[in-house]
Amino acid sequence: MFVAPNWHMKGFLLLMLALMLPLNAYAMDAPDSVTIDVIAQYYEPAEFDHAMHTEVAEDCSTCHHHATGTGTTDPYCLRCHSDYEELDEVSCQGCHSEDTFSAEAINRQSQQDLFHSDMIGLKGAYHQSCLGCHQEMDGPVGCEDCHAKNDEGEKLFYSGDYAPEPTENAGSGH
Amino acid sequence: MSKVSRRKFLAGSLAGGAAVMVAPAQKALAAGNFSGFPDGMGVLVDMTRCVGCRSCEAACNKEQNLPAPEQSFDDYSVFDQTFHHGTQKRRPTEGAYTVVNRYETEGSDKPTYRKIQCMHCNEPSCLTSCFVKAYTKTNEGAVIYDEHVCVGCRTCMVACPHHIPAYSYSRVIDPVVKKCIFCYETRVSKGKPPACVDICPAQVMTFGKRKDLLRIAHARIKRNPEKYQDEVFGEHTVGGSAWMYLSGAPFEELGFDTDLPTEPVISNVKGFLGMVPMVLAIWPALFTGMHLLATKNKDHGHEDSHAEEGEE
Repeated sequence: MFVAPNWHMKGFLLLMLALMLPLNAYAMDAPDSVTIDVIAQYYEPAEFDHAMHTEVAEDCSTCHHHATGTGTTDPYCLRCHSDYEELDEVSCQGCHSEDTFSAEAINRQSQQDLFHSDMIGLKGAYHQSCLGCHQEMDGPVGCEDCHAKNDEGEKLFYSGDYAPEPTENAGSGH
Repeated sequence: MSKVSRRKFLAGSLAGGAAVMVAPAQKALAAGNFSGFPDGMGVLVDMTRCVGCRSCEAACNKEQNLPAPEQSFDDYSVFDQTFHHGTQKRRPTEGAYTVVNRYETEGSDKPTYRKIQCMHCNEPSCLTSCFVKAYTKTNEGAVIYDEHVCVGCRTCMVACPHHIPAYSYSRVIDPVVKKCIFCYETRVSKGKPPACVDICPAQVMTFGKRKDLLRIAHARIKRNPEKYQDEVFGEHTVGGSAWMYLSGAPFEELGFDTDLPTEPVISNVKGFLGMVPMVLAIWPALFTGMHLLATKNKDHGHEDSHAEEGEE
């Protein structure tokens, strides 16, 4: 007796979801937030607010090139990617390698018949893509605006607890 | 009569000897330059990507176990430092094998940052100038040096067209030359990129085979001709180098010496230096031989004349 209303409720919710799906197919798959930790050796992981950026960006392809969204409008890219197709792999690391200069990556540079032989690595792709836009749209541009240094990072940069004693002759030449 | 003809013979042979000497010297000059090992590695520095974070300086300091800096590596006031009454920006030192400088260029609201380190020339003038042979150009393209062989004469510092080698003036005993070694021992000899390239967040630097990097560099210029200067600094400069630069602003506005010749520095003296071993090896033998021949003839002349006198 108490079961029936529950079933009705679930059926209703499922129907609602089914109606919403076609409208929001990409947004449903896309994560709201992405933890980026490719330089976790020296920095705290960066929390990338993907949901917020989907609202700011004109289209998914602003960042995802021809992998998702409306596809590319760059005439240079269109020479090959005019037949727009949603790719199976849309995440950054799907194409941009974390091990930027692995033996495999260096070998790829030598393959003259390969068009994308000059493929930027994952860390470079993030910073090129993020910084370019942040500079234009007045987003944060300082290193630690996105990811604070951890202890190893402060040691490496001689900053924070590891900052050198100030000297009087710094910068005065010799 | 016989004396005059002997003098003529000697004069003629001298002239001939000189002609023989000059010919191979010219051949040595035309022998061509060393354009690097075929699979030598290199780094392409794309200055349009650099934001001046100084991570490369920090990574170099750690990798090479260099002394603690005077200021933190995230202290950007170093970009305002100038030396020699404002004519000189920062340069590599015994404690920092690479430094980044900031340049304000005309027609651009954004500054350009230029990382300086050893260019690892194909035909390094530091190597050719070193009289104790402390320098080596490795198959991987690195120009390294043996501290234990270095006598601290500083000739390489004068010879380097890029003003890179620094000197350990702080060492009281046995000061030596100090410079970037392309992280040879710890990284490049194992196929890994140098520490500065590895840490760079914006991938300003691309590590790869020099010949591939050249193709990549020209492809970037071709794709974005309005973004880049139509030149790869280091492709031809003083015989070419393993490290090469792409720039958005004119190179001369960023402290690059664009007046450097395309010929390696050693080409200026190759002809002369090619003659030295020949002078040392051939001249003693040649003149000893002439002397022996001359004196032998003289003795014969005396005997002949005696015989002639006797006959008469």
